[in-house]
Amino acid sequence: MTERMTGAQALVKALEHVGVDTVFGIPGGAILPAYDPLLDSTKVRHVLVRHEQGAGHAAEGYAQATGKVGVCMATSGPGATNLVTPIADAYMDSVPIVAITGQVASNAIGTDAFQEADIVGITMPTTKHNFLVTDPADIPRTIAEAFHIASTGRPGPVLVDIAKDALQAMTTFSWPPVMQLPGYRPVTRPHSKQIREAAKLIVESKRPVLYVGGGVHKARASQELRKLAELTGMPVITTLMARGTFPDSHPQHLGMPGMHGSVAAVGSLQRGDLIVALGARFDDRVTGDLATFAPYAKVVHADIDPAEISKNRHADVPIVGDCREVIGDLITAVENEYANGRRGDYTEWWATLNNYRSTYPLGYEEYEDGTLAPQYVMERLSAIVGPDATYVAGVGQHQMWAAQFIGYEHPGTFINSGGAGTMGFAIPAAMGAKMGRPERTVWAIDGDGCFQMTNQELATCALEGVPIKIAVINNGNLGMVRQWQTLFYNERYSNTNLQTVRRIPDFVKLAEAYGCVGLRCERAEDVDATIKKAMEINDVPVVIDFVVHQDAMVWPMVAAGTSNDDIKVARDMAPKWDSED
Amino acid sequence: MSRHTLSVLVENKPGVLARVAALFSRRGFNIDSLAVGPTEHDDISRMTIVVNVEDLPLEQVTKQLNKLVNVLKIVELDPAQSVQRELMLIKVRADAETRSHVLELVNLFRARCVDVAADAVTIEVTGTPDKLEAFIKVLDPFGIKELVQSGMVAVGRGARSITDRSLRALDRSA
Repeated sequence: MTERMTGAQALVKALEHVGVDTVFGIPGGAILPAYDPLLDSTKVRHVLVRHEQGAGHAAEGYAQATGKVGVCMATSGPGATNLVTPIADAYMDSVPIVAITGQVASNAIGTDAFQEADIVGITMPTTKHNFLVTDPADIPRTIAEAFHIASTGRPGPVLVDIAKDALQAMTTFSWPPVMQLPGYRPVTRPHSKQIREAAKLIVESKRPVLYVGGGVHKARASQELRKLAELTGMPVITTLMARGTFPDSHPQHLGMPGMHGSVAAVGSLQRGDLIVALGARFDDRVTGDLATFAPYAKVVHADIDPAEISKNRHADVPIVGDCREVIGDLITAVENEYANGRRGDYTEWWATLNNYRSTYPLGYEEYEDGTLAPQYVMERLSAIVGPDATYVAGVGQHQMWAAQFIGYEHPGTFINSGGAGTMGFAIPAAMGAKMGRPERTVWAIDGDGCFQMTNQELATCALEGVPIKIAVINNGNLGMVRQWQTLFYNERYSNTNLQTVRRIPDFVKLAEAYGCVGLRCERAEDVDATIKKAMEINDVPVVIDFVVHQDAMVWPMVAAGTSNDDIKVARDMAPKWDSED
Repeated sequence: MSRHTLSVLVENKPGVLARVAALFSRRGFNIDSLAVGPTEHDDISRMTIVVNVEDLPLEQVTKQLNKLVNVLKIVELDPAQSVQRELMLIKVRADAETRSHVLELVNLFRARCVDVAADAVTIEVTGTPDKLEAFIKVLDPFGIKELVQSGMVAVGRGARSITDRSLRALDRSA
């Protein structure tokens, strides 16, 4: 099939051919030619957002909710640079998105033309790959390559920058194009020798743990993970990016490791003799001080990205491959070990871990003056909304409470900004998640700081018919920063008080101004009724202003740069590791 | 710290040098020297990168380089099993009185005089970094006016070529 058309028409056709149904974006001068044929497309729905950052995060939310590639579009210069934050966010969390930006005409590139920015140069370190297209004939092939790179191997963002004259010029369109990526060959099949080594360590170990990261869900391997866990009886910990990949209700689940992880999860790493890391990357927020991290453990590290293996922690058994294949092969290899009479006995280990669990459960402070504990809001959301909804969090205290106090049972039901820690992620990402999976209930859990960064997308949600629900955990402060000031800066609260206690802005009125329903809840006894009321409204977005106590803190905590061994369950309270050993 | 010589085959496309350079700066790796040029195949360029790192970061360097979509192949060249050369042009003060001394050194180092003026000569010399360093040392007393040096280029000894397999990959994708 070959057809004569403009570069812009070829772009839209190519997007249709790779299966794009939703594009989030804002038009402008350089990308204008692409918006004209977009108007005629019956397959691609363009969602006009209010800020390009919203387009990028919406594409991320869409991608994480659907498993497909999310798409955002912006014009040159400031339009493109506004995408930089979500692109960097997608890079850190390995989210497959394709960003399409207009560029000034090719003869103007490099002249500091109006709205010119070297977005390919700017995003070089934050994309998996990027392209500058100046020849309309290259557009279909480049789009095919961009989607292939974004969605295969370790997923990630790809940017395609297209010069305006390439969009306007005539070209010949044919599909499918032949991709030219001789240097791109992701390894997905794990090495069988390494798998056997790993299985051997599993049956020989006394105190093993399965350290599960975001890669397991990205490989759609939660079923296989459950099978491996139940086959071996190993304890499981799920990182921030993996919440839901293994059911929270499962007796083998110890919770989340890391700076705000459970004592049992952190203890399993610090006391374990074998870490089987699956699609996880030993982030500093998980390891704490590397020199004292997991001092007794051998490490099996499986990841699709070879560069992650032994980057932060030496891997005794490195396995490069797709987690689904890795776990599948591990199951077989462990069964072989069992068949030969070799089996691990973790009884003592479970006694230790159960002791950690019962001695140091997650908990929080309630306030005698009747003000709301934010953790209680999470517990009630979890109880009333349940595990079948998708939860999308911003960044900060509310994100950690959402990770700790909501029970996740299904993979992909907790979407948040992990690696980059991008405040303002929740509202646009929830919008994207809801548009990708309209049949699901989507709750954004946001802080009052985050909410004020991107809440203009409420207008998009109201107008496009995207009835998400937003729980603003409003403590009137940049709460996580305030927590650090409380703990490490002698309670000197420099520039963290947002003063929303003065109702500036009034989040209920703000919601109404955006065509949403606004509700407010300030007391524990009203929490259930408010959540239920929000659940009954399904035609417009609902914003609940949960006014909570400003001194609530996230515990447990491993202070930045310190050892996991020095985890505190509350201020100045450290667990005793070896009391029952 | 130890010096390692990496031969990196890349697609001959605009911006590839920028990607490699950006990767080194972003990951905090130091480049001692870098040389880029065409190869026997029009679609492939070859970079010779000399890095000064510990072994563990070197593994990170090669793994991260391998993730660049335009990078086709990376080979570390062992100094004992490869020919490594740098090119230097050096302008040194030489008048009627000292010129013969300078030219004597040029011959000793198998260098070449490529330009002569009344009070200076310009010398071309190739060799290993050690040889060039020694040459600079002996010329220094005469007065070095200007010095320019290329990055190192290197090729493995013997009949084998590192480009063969990459060429096949290129042919498959074309």
